Amino acid sequence: MFANLDLQQLLFGRFTIEQIPYHEPILQATFAGVAVVGLAVLGVITYYRFWGPMWRDWITSIDHKKIGIMYCIFAAVMLLRGFADAMLMRSQQAVAFGDEQGFLPPHHYDQIFTAHGMIMIFFVAMPFVTGMMNFAVPLQIGARDVAFPFLNNFSFWMTVAGGMVVMVSLFVGEFSRATWLAYPPLSGAAMSPGVGVDYYIWALQIAGIGTLLSGINLIATIVKMRAPGMTMMKLPIFVWSSLCTNILIVAAFPILTAVLAMLSLDRYVGTHFFTNDLGGNAMLYFNLIWIWGHPEVYILILPAFGIFSEITSTFCGKRLFGYTSMVYALVVITILAYLVWLHHFFTMGSGADVNSFFGITTMIISIPTGAKIFNWMFTMYRGRIRFEVPMLWVVAFIVTFVIGGMTGVLLAVPPADFVLHNSLFLIAHFHNVIIGGVLFGMFAGVTFWFPKAFGFKLDEFWGKVALVFWVTGFYVAFMPLYVLGLMGVTRRMQHFDDPSLQIWFVIAAIGAVLIACGIASQVVMFVVSIRNRDKLRDLTGDPWGGRTLEWSTSSPPPDYNFAFTPVVHDSDAWWDMKNRGFARPMTGYKPIHMPKNTAAGAILAGLNFVFGIAMIWYVWWLAALSFVAIFVVAIAHSFNYNRDYYIPADTVSRTEGQRTRELEMA
Amino acid sequence: MSADARHLTGHGQDTHDSHAHSSGGHGTVQSYMTGFVLSVILTVIPFWLVMGNVLDNSLVTTLVILALGGVQMVVHIVYFLHMNTKSEGGWTFLALIFTIMVVVIMLAGSVWVMYHLNHNMMPMDAHDVMNNAR
Repeated sequence: MFANLDLQQLLFGRFTIEQIPYHEPILQATFAGVAVVGLAVLGVITYYRFWGPMWRDWITSIDHKKIGIMYCIFAAVMLLRGFADAMLMRSQQAVAFGDEQGFLPPHHYDQIFTAHGMIMIFFVAMPFVTGMMNFAVPLQIGARDVAFPFLNNFSFWMTVAGGMVVMVSLFVGEFSRATWLAYPPLSGAAMSPGVGVDYYIWALQIAGIGTLLSGINLIATIVKMRAPGMTMMKLPIFVWSSLCTNILIVAAFPILTAVLAMLSLDRYVGTHFFTNDLGGNAMLYFNLIWIWGHPEVYILILPAFGIFSEITSTFCGKRLFGYTSMVYALVVITILAYLVWLHHFFTMGSGADVNSFFGITTMIISIPTGAKIFNWMFTMYRGRIRFEVPMLWVVAFIVTFVIGGMTGVLLAVPPADFVLHNSLFLIAHFHNVIIGGVLFGMFAGVTFWFPKAFGFKLDEFWGKVALVFWVTGFYVAFMPLYVLGLMGVTRRMQHFDDPSLQIWFVIAAIGAVLIACGIASQVVMFVVSIRNRDKLRDLTGDPWGGRTLEWSTSSPPPDYNFAFTPVVHDSDAWWDMKNRGFARPMTGYKPIHMPKNTAAGAILAGLNFVFGIAMIWYVWWLAALSFVAIFVVAIAHSFNYNRDYYIPADTVSRTEGQRTRELEMA
Repeated sequence: MSADARHLTGHGQDTHDSHAHSSGGHGTVQSYMTGFVLSVILTVIPFWLVMGNVLDNSLVTTLVILALGGVQMVVHIVYFLHMNTKSEGGWTFLALIFTIMVVVIMLAGSVWVMYHLNHNMMPMDAHDVMNNAR
């Protein structure tokens, strides 16, 4: 028996040197690009001796503000990767007609659309949303940090570890070709024997732990750590939307974990949950994953709604119209989100009764969403609107999202859905709501809170240029897909026969180029803003005339956020404080109890990354070793009692003195 | 609206005095004994039903045991997990209600959806195919 034991297989599992796709020119060029950029970044870090500060102040940091910023940076980097996939798809579809096969063979094209969908949802939209909530929620409720600061750091690094697993698949082995939700039987062991689907599963399982933990963390923060006087109906609306989002996360993500665990069992140990034989049922996978998948849609959009609400009332100089109805709309959406999942598979064949029930619930859920749109418009009505960049994103959002929402209601009609299911109409619809809703919301939020995070505003000109490119690019790229979808063109096609369709795809590709210009403008915006930071500096901490508590502290806020916990008497607490002539207390500082930085989160996430890679490649010894190591580190960390420290009253006094001088200068 | 908003939010605004609010955080000897006796009774009855063959109809026996199991869960939650409508300013109870609601929606919905699917997508055997062909 031992004679047959293959040493290489024992050591490396199913990894062989042929698994590195060095013969594919596109990947070679990508790898060269990544290597050059990566080396340049490492060089810059070394040149500026940034390694020490990076480790001490960022990687091990458990400050919610820094973690929030890191989430957003991670999301922005992954946006570039996901957008590169989008450009590849658009250019392939613009040329691959008739005899022309384009430059992407089907097996590569399938990996690209899978990676695009999965990265954009899990590693762009999710980290962006979580980053915004992490940064803003504790500041808005007058807290010094989240409820579980270490857990927050751990959640972030788990998300990054999941993202890294996906990135590794680009250069080692292959990625899944089974679409962004890995539907069986295509994603089963029989149809997808390679490592692709395993990369997908482990990336999501690792990142999913992070998402779930950060959801629990933020719920606890909002429920337990509000400033005195801030009752639930005085919460800033963004905090309400975060609360609803995190409740959705905590209730929905375990389903994803369970479904993917069952899929892994099918693939790894030969169970038959979702196979076509031995009693399995692939349709059950569709059912279960969409019970997670539909709440996920609201997990992404609710925080964006919250950001739009804050920006609308700030830039209109008015209290938000219909605050109470806004809160009820959020809560109703939170519950209805669990009642509509079947509209993702009307065509599966559950029959007219089931389809009509879910069609009606889907149409009902558009009512609270519509109420929100009216609330924003009535907030703007007779307001003194300042059309600065965040407000312009809100206007772009309202117009775009209404179109996307209406096509969604169209798709909610089961007979219409039978015609449009899996067509490019659907693609256009969900990009319409995700780009027009979530992404515009995140861009608005970045522009809005950037001065709070870094102490200077973003360059307005380049912000507007980016906005114009993004908005026009979006319409040029996706309106043709509505047309094509109505003609019956299906999604996920690598090649088309009918040359009359080509013009629409060329227009869509031009739209993608415009969006690329938008992204480039955003990069320029950051560079220009950083170079002109002295001119754009904000010393007041309240550059927009804000209404909520985050604007009451300095920009960037001190480690402890608030020297004294604010007392809240009204919703829009800071606006109320300003109107009542609030004076900052200058004396009586006390030492502030703070949590200490720790490397445990990053180490645990690193071990999880190793574990994931080992499981993907069947390197069992490494999987076992890293799995044990995860527990050892976790237990060892639980014996670390040296977790907190006090910021001495002197330091607080000095920091606040500095703030007083800045306020005088401003 | 404001009445139930206040009900949700009356407590838990400050981390430091949350202990003062969590009435029923720890049970008394009496409450633990009540819970213990109730759960013993609820456990003994099903055993007695099955071992003594008390009811002739096995379907009725099953339903009675299921019902007692449900009551048992409530007893555990109330007496051992100290669930009541007041702890943590009502948040614990609210979370329980929400969880039950979501789980019921998911399980009942899945069973409903999959039942209809199976009904509509019944695999055709040779007999059906021949019938349809005619």
